[in-house]
Amino acid sequence: MVTNADLTALKGKPGDFTAKITKRPRYIDAENCTACGLCTLYCPKHLADPYNEEMALTRPIHIDYAQAVPATYYIDPSSCLHITHDTCQICVPVCQSHAINFSQKPEEIELKIGAVILSPGFGRIKKDTLAKFSYGKHPDVVTAVEFERMTTASGPFLGEIKCFSDGRHPKSLAFIQCVGSRDLGCDNGYCSSVCCMYAIKEAMVAKEHDPEVDITIYYMDIRTQGKEFDKAQQRAENMGIKFVRAKVADVTPWENRLQLTYSTLDGQHKFVPHDMVILSEGLESPKDAEGIAKITKIKLNKYNFAQSDTFSPLTTNVEGVVVAGAFQGPKDIPESVTQASAAAGIVAGMLTKQRGQGIVHKDYPDEQPMGDEVRIGVFVCHCGINIASVVDVHKVEDSVEDMEGVVYHTDSLYSCSADAVETLKDKIIEHNLNRVVIAACSPRTHEPLFQETLKDAGLNRCLIEMVNIRDQCSWVHAGEPEAATDKSQDLVRMAVAKARGMQPLPEQTVPVTEKALIVGGGIAGMTVALTLAKQGFKSVLLEKGNEVGGNLGLLNHTLDASETASHLKSLLAQVDKSDKIDVLTNAELADFSGFIGNFTSVISHGSGKKKKEETIDHGVVVLATGGHEHRPGGYLLEENKKVVTQMELEKRLAGWAKDRAPDSVVMIQCAGSRGDDLNYCSKVCCNHAVKNALKIKEVNPAAQVIVLYRDMRTYGYAEDAYREARLKGVIFIPYEPDNKPQVYVEKRRLHIKFFDSLMQEDMDMTPDLIALSVGIKPDGTEELSKLLKAPLTDDKFFLEAHVKLRPVELPVAGVFVCGLAHGPKPVDETIAQAQAAAAKAAIPLVKGRVTIDPIVSVIDADTCIGCRLCVSLCPFGAIEMFKVGKKNKARTISASCKACGICSSRCPTFAISMGGFTNEQITDQIIAFGEVVEKETVTA
Amino acid sequence: MSDFNPKILGFLCNWCCYAAADAAGVSRFQYPPNLRTIRVMCTGRVDPSFILRGFIEGADGIFTGG
Repeated sequence: MVTNADLTALKGKPGDFTAKITKRPRYIDAENCTACGLCTLYCPKHLADPYNEEMALTRPIHIDYAQAVPATYYIDPSSCLHITHDTCQICVPVCQSHAINFSQKPEEIELKIGAVILSPGFGRIKKDTLAKFSYGKHPDVVTAVEFERMTTASGPFLGEIKCFSDGRHPKSLAFIQCVGSRDLGCDNGYCSSVCCMYAIKEAMVAKEHDPEVDITIYYMDIRTQGKEFDKAQQRAENMGIKFVRAKVADVTPWENRLQLTYSTLDGQHKFVPHDMVILSEGLESPKDAEGIAKITKIKLNKYNFAQSDTFSPLTTNVEGVVVAGAFQGPKDIPESVTQASAAAGIVAGMLTKQRGQGIVHKDYPDEQPMGDEVRIGVFVCHCGINIASVVDVHKVEDSVEDMEGVVYHTDSLYSCSADAVETLKDKIIEHNLNRVVIAACSPRTHEPLFQETLKDAGLNRCLIEMVNIRDQCSWVHAGEPEAATDKSQDLVRMAVAKARGMQPLPEQTVPVTEKALIVGGGIAGMTVALTLAKQGFKSVLLEKGNEVGGNLGLLNHTLDASETASHLKSLLAQVDKSDKIDVLTNAELADFSGFIGNFTSVISHGSGKKKKEETIDHGVVVLATGGHEHRPGGYLLEENKKVVTQMELEKRLAGWAKDRAPDSVVMIQCAGSRGDDLNYCSKVCCNHAVKNALKIKEVNPAAQVIVLYRDMRTYGYAEDAYREARLKGVIFIPYEPDNKPQVYVEKRRLHIKFFDSLMQEDMDMTPDLIALSVGIKPDGTEELSKLLKAPLTDDKFFLEAHVKLRPVELPVAGVFVCGLAHGPKPVDETIAQAQAAAAKAAIPLVKGRVTIDPIVSVIDADTCIGCRLCVSLCPFGAIEMFKVGKKNKARTISASCKACGICSSRCPTFAISMGGFTNEQITDQIIAFGEVVEKETVTA
Repeated sequence: MSDFNPKILGFLCNWCCYAAADAAGVSRFQYPPNLRTIRVMCTGRVDPSFILRGFIEGADGIFTGG
């Protein structure tokens, strides 16, 4: 990882690039910095903290935020007194680990690389755009990013929301949407896609802080098109947050408040006061977009984001240079994470020849026999003065002297330093220790290091217990040294009690069948198969219909005018040609068993006499089962030929019939969606309507096209098409869910009745055609969910393992999802998600084996009564039943187990034990906890 | 009650609450030193008997964070 660095030049071709990088000086040696934070405490100069939007102060020597990676401090050269004025240097003697190094100079690095991924993120909306809303003129106008920091418990005000003008708690908040988005005034014609959702989130957080606060969100369209996002908006509405459809024209400071000028759809002009105004600023292209484009020679689009197209959304015009995240276009976290995986997968496909090169395998001595005697060594760390300045380390160390099983104890200045680690190893060997307790910092950061040392010393790595006397003791009880010392002693005693019961746990690995099963042969499934094939992996592509192709075959062109047929044809040819892809048509999954790396599926395929069942072994599964247009009732869709779906309209428009684009067309958005038959937004229908409306206008410019909508959700660059449609005369009229358009037939003529909110009157028309935007339903997810034990959302889409951070994985290890089976989405997002699923699925295939964490559950077959309680409770499908004679017994599928222990704590016969966290060990810890209570009572 | 100094036993999930307690330390948030913690890989691991045992051993309160 090279941080604090800039790319300055890139030359070469895929597989053989040379990148020149300038690494800016940090003035701190990363190897020595322990991130103790002492330097920041002593640094005398103030610096407005950029991480907290300059609402708080930090020092020139600092770390951006607690979770920053790497956890190494750095010096801001523009404000450091030594660098700017050659004085000070207070930090140098303060740093106990001698990490400050003012002699560092910018470093030129040349890297030989095979491919480049561009992920510079997004930039910020310019201040003059914000100034239109009195930002900078009145202190109580803040950006949503500033407000986010304000509401954060770890932010500059510890979560307290205050008006900057006079420090009062605001009682009335206004969010203004589309600041710097959907605004040609600042050259940002696109929709930033994320602001509606983050405004709703911030409003809900503010409401949680102060339930009395009055919050209004001023919006043009609420664009909560993402999976489950509409439900968040409903929750916000239920909390009392108000949504007003209005473009705010002006924010006027008025006494100590802010007056908002706007007009509503019904023509009323309003002038409404609020205490605080929050600007939902959009996402700008990154600051150095042009510089990156110049160095890498990639093309930018007209908004200065990286240019790519629908069918290869992450590929730039330069071969070997791939883009991911907001630089590709404004997007939220799940989509950025998805694109990141996809980009990694694409690049891995380019570099298959280099795979595995440069890996060094380390050898460890054989594990020594444990013996019967418990021999515990306790090591207490000072962490410089981080622990020792609060906790009496020697007292803690002395307290273990007479504890049962403790044969050795010592202290060290920094337990994690190279020499201390070496000493630890020597002491283990010298004193024949078979269990180690280290009282220092967090096992979350340092346990792997000490486990490594144990392995070097010939001990099983599970024979260590860490006691956190820094992060959870000295740092949080800085003013109470005695109490902190007591607490440290208690925690060490509890750890020693647990350590007595520690046992070596086996390191297990399971070989992986290097093949994928892909369920669904649409564009998602085919993309997965081809992406895996590029990486050299075989797959079986299972298609329920006669042929692969899916919904893409039903579309004619996409919104950016790419026609679909040639892409589909090329995909089909590649799938057909690939010797890595085995296509089974008329196929379905009949049975499924096994675990990550070792699944077995029974597939029935073929039709008529050729129908047969086949058993396939595979290492991973990708679910790409797709979806179909929903056909809602109530709009005469089945009854009247003049009522069609957008898909049907698209097909009609692509034909040659003279009347294919009739003179009068009315489109109804959200027909059967968003609270009707389907309780969600299908994300694609607004774009689809705009696309078809433009096509009608192209074929028949005189045609009258009216789109009745609730919120036009043409997010991202699709906003351009929406604007184009309005310029071409397509009429967009919003309707309310409690006053939906009525479609009916009278005297054999098709009528539509709706309330025209622009004219404020009821309309009744007899259009030539009514097109319904009907939403998407998933295919076959319920059956698969049962077979694979993979959970679904309320709307029957597969529920990912983590909505934001693991968007293409299911909770069942080795099972991945993409495309419409995950949620409604357009073609480009489906492709990126399929590439991401392929990349994730390739990980176990590349490794060739699955490593099992030793702390998994173990079920004692003799004690198990076969009640199946654990099977039904396990959230990961990691317990299976098997027969011993006539008796049913449960068994852990170690490769799927995540060590949560739910099974163990619920087993009625205590048959289930958790490695490293046995009932006995935890009970011993609790008893050791109790020993102090008695002592305290005696002394009291 | 001002001199009441409770002993609290905590079960912290490795992935969320234990991590949050670490983050509290990194941010130097100060809180009373009454808590003694046991790290578990998930609060699902917490057997009801652990809670009862904690009270038997003299805990004034038990905290599960997950």
